[in-house]
Amino acid sequence: MPLVEVSHLVKHFVRGGGFLRKGTLVRAVDDVSFAIDEGETFGLVGESGSGKTTTGRCMLRLIEPTSGSVRFKGEDVLTFPRQRLRQARRDMQIVFQDPYSSLNPRMRARTIVEEPLVIHKLGDARARRDRVAELFGLVGLDPAHLERYPHQFSGGQRQRIGLARALALNPSFLVLDEPVSALDVSVQAQVVNLLMDLQQQLKLTYLFVAHDLRLVEHICNRVAVMYLGKIVEMAPVGSLFASPQHPYTRALLSAIPVPDPDAPRNRIVLDPASINREANLREISSGHFAAV
Amino acid sequence: MLLEVSHLTTVFDLPGGPVPAVDEVSFVVEPGETLCLVGESGSGKSVTALSILRLVQPPGRIAGGRVRFKGRDLLTLAEPDMRALRGAEISLIFQEPMTALNPVFTVGDQIGEALLVHGRATRHEARARAIELLTAVRIPDPAARVDDYPHQLSGGQRQRVLIAIALACKPSLVIADEPTTALDVTIQAEILDLLREMKNALGLSLLLITHDFGVVAETADRVAVMYAGRIVETGPVRAIFASPQHPYTRGLLASMPGLSRTRLKAIEGTVPMLGSLPPGCAFNPRCPDRFAPCTTAPPPEYTASGATTAPSGHTARCYLLDHAAR
Repeated sequence: MPLVEVSHLVKHFVRGGGFLRKGTLVRAVDDVSFAIDEGETFGLVGESGSGKTTTGRCMLRLIEPTSGSVRFKGEDVLTFPRQRLRQARRDMQIVFQDPYSSLNPRMRARTIVEEPLVIHKLGDARARRDRVAELFGLVGLDPAHLERYPHQFSGGQRQRIGLARALALNPSFLVLDEPVSALDVSVQAQVVNLLMDLQQQLKLTYLFVAHDLRLVEHICNRVAVMYLGKIVEMAPVGSLFASPQHPYTRALLSAIPVPDPDAPRNRIVLDPASINREANLREISSGHFAAV
Repeated sequence: MLLEVSHLTTVFDLPGGPVPAVDEVSFVVEPGETLCLVGESGSGKSVTALSILRLVQPPGRIAGGRVRFKGRDLLTLAEPDMRALRGAEISLIFQEPMTALNPVFTVGDQIGEALLVHGRATRHEARARAIELLTAVRIPDPAARVDDYPHQLSGGQRQRVLIAIALACKPSLVIADEPTTALDVTIQAEILDLLREMKNALGLSLLLITHDFGVVAETADRVAVMYAGRIVETGPVRAIFASPQHPYTRGLLASMPGLSRTRLKAIEGTVPMLGSLPPGCAFNPRCPDRFAPCTTAPPPEYTASGATTAPSGHTARCYLLDHAAR
């Protein structure tokens, strides 16, 4: 049984509109289904506005989906009443993209990492203190810096604080929403390595939302490609990169700049007319689905 | 040569004392070539671009060096002459297509402005030229789009408009500061293709600032790698990728994700604060190959083979290349 199973997830936003005026309906997530196995890293890629971030947030109900179901360990998170949802969130956490805006600048690093423990009333002050120090060590931060404020840390260190906070409650599932895209190139690799180490060590399952396809290829087991709110292709990472089936995936992969001056450049430009918007996902080869 | 930057130094006068954001930077851009300036945030690559155009705002100031463009020293040029040159002979494309355009003027007005300011067109001609330029940067239905406001365009289209503005007066040098960073990868590819095409069609030179070695590989003829305000390595693009000489360049290239699911070879530590650079080579605390001379003084420029400087070859500022020091 998969750890997380998303079925027919839909999120519509109404854009514009107001008094006496109707807005337009935006289908940000339009009937999206996928399942993530325990211990797996599942990548969600697509351009900005494709619905990948909204999908991740809907799964944790940080945004309430319009319809569909999100089964976590067999139970539908979307039907949980408030109290039960709060409990479930212990087990499913998120790391945000921007380590500069996702940490409260007025809180010390210690307080930021401790906050989830306080909210969930776990342990006494002493136990929490020990746990925060342990988490600091786990993500490679110097416990001597516990009393510092976020602005006293570099971007990479801030992302480690965000990660420590997400791990405080011992979750089994993490939504990683572009976790390294705001970091310097030389620091990205450190955080990517840390994420992979932690996954091994703590048996974590990741939903990795990203637009950097080189990174997705490196870190993910399976990938789903989103285009205009729908998953247009889903496959094990090797299969997707070796033989992309959907016209959008082909265009996307051909657009990745290859760090080799002598690499052949076979740019495939997307012809929107080549996309059959009515097509449903079908299995092309073992585990490789495409809406063609 | 078209542009020659030598020993350019730009400091920011901060309460704690002057901080060099650009420290003795020298490079050359030849006619028709693309030079990529690569570095991480805070490496000084954007300040270098702004310094060339004398657009550094206080507390920043150019503290020394020379910028020669077509034989003229831009740092001593009178301000009216400099103003006549900006946008006409050297133009700048900014990173953020969302904020670089004025939201209350139409796209046509903003392209036309570049032409009017430099006396390249009358008000009447400006509109027709704007439509021509929008066609050149492949905006669909340019005759209608010319009256659009920036918010009516997508991010990629806005970047195309910025390119149209930059090319309006047919400059001989275009400086593009992370022109594709805010864009999706498919749009990035289209914009890079467009820049390359325009460069070839108009015979201009491109100074492209980026942090992405993929972009470098696709566009550069030559590369200059910056770290903590200094250029640490310069060379032809193939030489940089085939045999990077500076441990920082090697580290950046090795830290890029590849095919295998093995651990990435990360560079330890973080980019230093410019106000508190370590003595000697600024990279030495993070360098896996550090040895005695690295902490003494900033290394001079060595050629890849280890001799003293050669003007246009492959050079790096690293004591590893000094056989006497080793």
